[in-house]
Amino acid sequence: MIFTIAGRELRSLFLSPLAWSILAVTLFILAYLFLTQIETYISLQPRLAALEGAPGVADIVVAPLLADAAVILLLITPLITMRTISEERRNRTLSLLFSAPVSMTEIVVGKYLGVLAFFLILLGLLALMPLSLLAGTELDTGKLAAGMLGLTLVVAAFSAIGLYMSSLTEQPTVAAVTTFGLLLLLWIVDWAGSSGTAGSSALAQLSMLRHYEPLLKGLFNSTDVAYYLLIITLFIGFTIRRMDATRLQY
Amino acid sequence: MSKEALVHVEHLTRYYSLTCAVNDVSFDLAKGEVLGFLGPNGAGKSSTMQMITGNLAPGAGQISIAGIDLLDQPKRAKLEIGYLPEQPPVYRELTVDEYLLYCARLNRIPRGRINSAVATAKDRCGLGDVGKRLLGNLSKGYQQRAGIAQAIIHNPAVVILDEPTVGLDPLQIREIRALICELGREHGIILSTHILPEVQATCTRIQIINRGKLVFTDTTTGLEQRMNATTLIAGFHAHPDIAALQQLPGVDRVEPLAEQRVRIHYNGSNPAEALIEQAVTQHWRLHEVTPERRTLEQIFIELTCSEEHETISGVAS
Repeated sequence: MIFTIAGRELRSLFLSPLAWSILAVTLFILAYLFLTQIETYISLQPRLAALEGAPGVADIVVAPLLADAAVILLLITPLITMRTISEERRNRTLSLLFSAPVSMTEIVVGKYLGVLAFFLILLGLLALMPLSLLAGTELDTGKLAAGMLGLTLVVAAFSAIGLYMSSLTEQPTVAAVTTFGLLLLLWIVDWAGSSGTAGSSALAQLSMLRHYEPLLKGLFNSTDVAYYLLIITLFIGFTIRRMDATRLQY
Repeated sequence: MSKEALVHVEHLTRYYSLTCAVNDVSFDLAKGEVLGFLGPNGAGKSSTMQMITGNLAPGAGQISIAGIDLLDQPKRAKLEIGYLPEQPPVYRELTVDEYLLYCARLNRIPRGRINSAVATAKDRCGLGDVGKRLLGNLSKGYQQRAGIAQAIIHNPAVVILDEPTVGLDPLQIREIRALICELGREHGIILSTHILPEVQATCTRIQIINRGKLVFTDTTTGLEQRMNATTLIAGFHAHPDIAALQQLPGVDRVEPLAEQRVRIHYNGSNPAEALIEQAVTQHWRLHEVTPERRTLEQIFIELTCSEEHETISGVAS
């Protein structure tokens, strides 16, 4: 049942030009970034060859690419998630789901997976860029895998937050703006935390960026993964609560 | 109860902040019944329907569908409900076929029967030749039909339709009414409407709700009897003898009207026969006897407006 709902969500995304244009624009920008990174690598190559234990392609090309990809996804996630629930609320199609024999959890998780599937397609296309390097050089696939896992977790957390914001309002644009605000805040919250005091390190713990960076370096830390899983569960739980509350409207 | 109740609603109450939308409503719906829900705007019709279909949590009271409590086992209960809200819940970007396929899956129709279920629903609602068209490009009437198709696709025990004929042309209205009558044989149907003749044409039982309260419940045949007059209009060429008329068996009161006509109020047996006999023997020169029928509209206005006066006077005292 969850997959029926997820399937419709994904289908509806691709039936609108929005998903296609987002895919196209995002991939164009990422491809451009990828090529500039390769350019940098090529210009550095003579000096790197002289070094012992020099950084490889994975460090110079893949890590910056994935770091930039996270920022771009931060910009586009609100555009994809904004419509998920708010538009159904506005078009009054929610009653179709509410009067069908499905639980609120199935509805919310279904919608979440639909959105996530879209991003997995995007990430799959993105992963093809670094993988194409395998044709010409050696690539640290472990580092690439850690980075891709990190990016997937980041996007999964973004989507959960976007889904929740979409459940709060009837206006997709309001959902997009609030999602963007919250995501940006969670991304940069550690800027205040760089002073090194006790309070600031707590803020740093909240930052999505802080938990993403180790994974980019190929460092798999269960705290980081747990952080993202917590965010995802938390916001999906919030969404379910919020949807249950629509039935209680006063 | 000889017939099994498909919908059982008990002491249903719902407040929106301080406004009471539904106040202590109880009723049953049996198989083979078409229940018409009437009421002025904002009377609580839609709220009641939303609660029965699980779209709105009741403030107090109990709802069971085919013997299954809606609040305890929502999933099982909802399998037996088909619901068409006021606005048909259609996804504009899907085609009719895709939409119905999705609804069929959503309602847990087994994989093997999905295609036949979609075909039957389309056939019943006259959607045969628009299957490949986008719902967003279809007229309101076709969207409404798709909404009805969605409600009956899983063959539910109870079909709840909120103003099903809004936006349809007269021909479509007739088709939908025929469909409702046909569905009414195997299912229980609750429908709400503003169109009074529609209720008389399709429903077997009528409920009028006003200010959140049920003010009238009767079968259509019972209603027929109520509407069947308790008054006669009689016209005479000679001057009518009021006192003699009053002596006729069953007559309550005689009310003189203009042009030598009278309105005869009676209860029990119809005094028409006795009146005519008397008129012939007494040379009253009777030329007209018309049983007066109250229309559903009169009953409706009587119930919804008098109630209002009562509440107003109640508040004043």
